[in-house]
Amino acid sequence: MQFVKEFRNPHLAEALLAQISLVAERIGRTRKNPVTVMEVCGGHTHTIFRYGLDRRLPANIEFAHGPGCPVCVLPKGRIEDAITIAHRPGVILTTFGDAMRVPGGSGSLLQARAAGADVRMVYSPLDALALARANPARQVVFFALGFETTAPSTALTVLRANAENISNFSILCQHITIIPTLRALLEQPDFTVDGFIGPGHVSMVIGTEPYAFIAQDFKRPLVVAGFEPLDILQSLLMVLLQIEAGDARVENQYARVVAPQGNPAAMAAIARVYEVREACEWRGLGQIAGSGLQLRAEWSRFDAEKRFAVLPHHLADQEQCRCGDVLTGRIKPPQCQAFGRTCSPDHPSGALMVSSEGACAAYYEYHGVGEAA
Amino acid sequence: MPGTLTGVGAEGRITLAHGGGGSAMRSLIDEVFLSAFTSGPLTVQEDQARLDLTTLAKAGDRLAFTTDAFVVEPLEFPGGNIGTLAVCGTVNDLAVGGATPVALSAAFVLAEGLELAVLRRVVEAMARSAALAGVRIVTGDTKVVPRHACDGLFVTTSGVGVIRPEHTISIAAGQPGDVVLVNGTLGDHGAAILCARGDLALQTHLQSDCAPLNTLVDTLLRAVPDVHCMRDATRGGVAGVLSELAEASNVLVTVNEAALPVHPEVEGVCEILGLDPLFLANEGKLVAVVPACRAKHALATMQSHPLGRNAAIIGTLQTSSSGQGAVHIVNEFGGARVLTMPSGEQLPRIC
Repeated sequence: MQFVKEFRNPHLAEALLAQISLVAERIGRTRKNPVTVMEVCGGHTHTIFRYGLDRRLPANIEFAHGPGCPVCVLPKGRIEDAITIAHRPGVILTTFGDAMRVPGGSGSLLQARAAGADVRMVYSPLDALALARANPARQVVFFALGFETTAPSTALTVLRANAENISNFSILCQHITIIPTLRALLEQPDFTVDGFIGPGHVSMVIGTEPYAFIAQDFKRPLVVAGFEPLDILQSLLMVLLQIEAGDARVENQYARVVAPQGNPAAMAAIARVYEVREACEWRGLGQIAGSGLQLRAEWSRFDAEKRFAVLPHHLADQEQCRCGDVLTGRIKPPQCQAFGRTCSPDHPSGALMVSSEGACAAYYEYHGVGEAA
Repeated sequence: MPGTLTGVGAEGRITLAHGGGGSAMRSLIDEVFLSAFTSGPLTVQEDQARLDLTTLAKAGDRLAFTTDAFVVEPLEFPGGNIGTLAVCGTVNDLAVGGATPVALSAAFVLAEGLELAVLRRVVEAMARSAALAGVRIVTGDTKVVPRHACDGLFVTTSGVGVIRPEHTISIAAGQPGDVVLVNGTLGDHGAAILCARGDLALQTHLQSDCAPLNTLVDTLLRAVPDVHCMRDATRGGVAGVLSELAEASNVLVTVNEAALPVHPEVEGVCEILGLDPLFLANEGKLVAVVPACRAKHALATMQSHPLGRNAAIIGTLQTSSSGQGAVHIVNEFGGARVLTMPSGEQLPRIC
């Protein structure tokens, strides 16, 4: 656990919190409204709640929890597509563990498995390809999801399948990209977030340059951050120092992992295998132009949608859930009337309750602990 | 003796004939089960085991009786196999109630095609674990089902034990002020099984903690007879036990996260997969709740036993201000979270 534990040192956290308080106090002298900083990534949301960082902040500093949890924003209709394919004769449908519990319209993939579909959990798309090799008489489908973090491994798996001429393997592609969604949020007139804690794993692939527009066009600072509590606190401090100075720059706190130019090999694999989808649906946010990836025509023989001729399902989000308002920082999770009533981690009706990295699930799990704190 | 079993063919595999009631079954029982589970001349083969009541009555005033079914993939893993689990699991269920285990039954469902060598290793492991726990396997049964009706081998064990009059251990007996202990590192079994399945491609030296806890429990109870609650933390992990404790005793259980003993490799596996060792299964770990004034003595006693070397005090019981039981985990940052049990298994996360 080297290079992990060091970033959980409570004494260093206290020192960072003290500095955050000083900057917050100075900012508060000239500004009435609280400062809102959005952590984009679900992994950051989880760390914030896991360590109770949100409760240690000065009164005029708030976190808003962004849309960067790929499992949360998985639309219900897409789960239905996967379930439809899983029930086709001879199909083995594979995906990541936490995607299996996400409810679609008719249930989750776990429930589809109980109903007789052959649904299997894999840790990597290469595991799915290995299943295809081992089961030549079956059709193995990998339900591919995630941001640029996981898109390269899916792309490389498609290239490997092509090189080996494996014909019983295909992917149901639900890879998405964060940049168009950040732009869509920033273009909303009532978007009040003052700065961003940028995603660490996505940036490891795409680098820091794609965020430049946030600083240049929208005058907000963004600091790419690691996932440990000290990473988050240091990044928050860096954002606040920029806000105090009236700056708007992209900075990189996670330099031990993220190179400014990202990972060129991974980006090349993405460019070779995918093209941008015209529009992609995000659970809780709706359709966002240019935010999804699909296989290029060149690789269409590995496209499960085409192979199984699935007509995409479109299912509306629960009306009473206000995931979009939480994602844009307008409300906190408990202000949604469904929170804890009709929507809980065991029975999620809204996107943000689905995964432990969703803001509502994290809030549900870690809050309301007055007597022990 | 290997080789004397009939009906296994050249490849040494179980066939449906081994459950058919004929000579192949007779041969399986004699050559595999009886030879491992009995010492000296084979005991009389009646339809039931007979336990002497007078002897039992001398050992205590209540009979404890428990049963458990065992299924595990893979059947063999670092630190044990399904047979080790089947004996230790039932012995531990008896022991944590304050019972001295006396006798076990073992029922096997074998899949046609199971390698005889695997079965022998499982049965030998059961015999070893039973000897370690000082308990006899006195009765059993075997069925063979077609290849796809069962995944290799299922084992069900039941056990009886005797409880001494002075012990009244109960999950509902926790009192505000009590202290919570565990006898060692959390999640070793769950993490070892995850890695043994082989699809993680993680190189670890993890071993299941599978062990009979009755001698540890006996040592603890002789030193601290007024242990209030005790549970072995199997499926659902220590988190599951603490949740049941909070609910049954109607108390607030406050756990100090920094005090939880976790093997560095288990911690690493959990980091990578997004799992929490508190929820991982154990097969040789128990949670004990003792009055505060006994906590240090209980800890020292546990630590003096080979199966309690890494024992630790992990939390306390308090009156629940809400009137409902709850478990709170306090971390090194001073933050606290409510422990909630997942509805099913924890699933690894995507990134």
